[in-house]
Amino acid sequence: MKADPKGVLTGEHYLDGDHACAEGALAAGCRFFAGYPITPSTEVAERYVSRIPMVGGIFIQMEDELASMAALVGAAWGGKKSMTVTSGPGFSLMMENIGLAAMMETPCVVVNVQRGGPSTGLPTMVGQQDMMQARWGSHGDYQIIALSPASPQEAFDYTIKCFNLAEKYRVPVLFMMDECVGHMTEKVVIPKPDEIEITPRRLTKLAPEKYLPYKTNGDLVPEMIVAGTGYKIHSTGLTHDERGYPVMSPGTQDQLVKRLCDKIKLNADDIIEIEEDQTEGAEVIVMAYGITSRVTLPAVFKARKKGIKVGYIKMITAWPFPEKRVRELAKKVKAFVMPEINLGQMVLEVERCAAGQAKTYHVPHAGGWVHDPEDIYQVIEEAVK
Amino acid sequence: MSYRYEIRLSGEGGQGLVLAGKILAEAAAIYDGKNATQSQSYGPEARGGASRSEVIISDEDIDYPKAINIDLLLALTQESCTKYSKDLKATGILLVDSDAVTECPEGKFKIYRVPIIESARTKLGRVVVANIVALGAIIELTKIVSMDAIESAILARVPKGTERINKEAFQLGVELGKELLA
Repeated sequence: MKADPKGVLTGEHYLDGDHACAEGALAAGCRFFAGYPITPSTEVAERYVSRIPMVGGIFIQMEDELASMAALVGAAWGGKKSMTVTSGPGFSLMMENIGLAAMMETPCVVVNVQRGGPSTGLPTMVGQQDMMQARWGSHGDYQIIALSPASPQEAFDYTIKCFNLAEKYRVPVLFMMDECVGHMTEKVVIPKPDEIEITPRRLTKLAPEKYLPYKTNGDLVPEMIVAGTGYKIHSTGLTHDERGYPVMSPGTQDQLVKRLCDKIKLNADDIIEIEEDQTEGAEVIVMAYGITSRVTLPAVFKARKKGIKVGYIKMITAWPFPEKRVRELAKKVKAFVMPEINLGQMVLEVERCAAGQAKTYHVPHAGGWVHDPEDIYQVIEEAVK
Repeated sequence: MSYRYEIRLSGEGGQGLVLAGKILAEAAAIYDGKNATQSQSYGPEARGGASRSEVIISDEDIDYPKAINIDLLLALTQESCTKYSKDLKATGILLVDSDAVTECPEGKFKIYRVPIIESARTKLGRVVVANIVALGAIIELTKIVSMDAIESAILARVPKGTERINKEAFQLGVELGKELLA
């Protein structure tokens, strides 16, 4: 399926990451946006608001982030591709209903333009401190998908990917931007509508009397319906069976929750996108995501000039974590180095997957600014020893 | 030979420095076909508080998005001049508003003092276009983007109905720049 031409602003533009994200959402077919303004994410909503009257769709400013997330779930069941945008404090408030969306298997996209925390923290300044919250923020066992862009172009491209993954796996997808990318302006090339691949909703072809909302057909993801089109269904945050009815039993819990996790875990290879450079034969591999994947490059180039064999991995997908690849490389390299704008989050995953076979070094930054590449270079030098 | 040119526009919130940075960078990236990254740093205030906007222009990929070795610094307040001049290159240019900035840092860089805000007030009757006056002076001093590119970028970004005064503001800045070089 190709993009709806009405939503696609084909051409060369000079956009910040927030605006590019809004354009990506429109190109992906997002026609419902509920949100509550918060720096540094508000520009996504502003852009969407200014464009949606021409495209046709709904924007609603909700009373808070709890309601925004709830509205998203409702709109998705009403047949719309839907999104919201926030930053740290609002992300915390959305957590309960993100869990509801995961449990009800509701496709939607939540953008978090990360700023420094905790709490109100640094409203106008960069952080990458919500990465573990993205994975574990709502209670209970579930799996989630999270992506991170490093430029306005990627903010456009990967917003579309977020929507496609949300539809394919019927899961809330978290777009973990950061203030630096959100407020950075660069050239963004928007392709023609027929060059943009769009994943449509997995709607059932079964008649209402034959349809069971949570019955799967071999591939772990059930088919959906549009509410109000004659299907009488029940969907709930309670543990439910194939009919969607609450069943409070360990057996039903085991079946449902395992499937919610398996649909992501067993499809990790399809979901995960990483970029590798010179990882074969490397002594040290630097892994980074978001703005830090760019800030890291001068350090990588300097180390290579000094004769150190440095591989580089840019993680576009943060969750599910590229576990398989890190485990393979851990057998071959001396060490991994991970700079990130927090005091140690995704590095815990690197360390877990390296499992003692390679050393893991972290380059922390408490937030408010990007790393000095020299700080990253120093750690590469130490790691290769 | 590859190059990386770094510009930092600094002053206080409300002076339009983020917009000026976007115009300059868009001129380079869209109209002149170079690579350009614009970023910014400001506080939570709508007006007041130190504000800065940075533009990197290069013929190569721009990995590191922030200014670290500055070729041109614009300072429209004393606070921003003092706070943001540390990363200025010895071969760089410091352009300050001559009324707002009385103390310039010591260094080998060239210092140009121009009554940017006062010129906008007296010659155009609008302090609000001081950012565009500054852009005119910067382009005249550095020639970092073409005149066609910057004029197109200004007209594309300023609010509708203000095209004429912004064109005049830019021209005024160019004249002020010419006087400096004369």
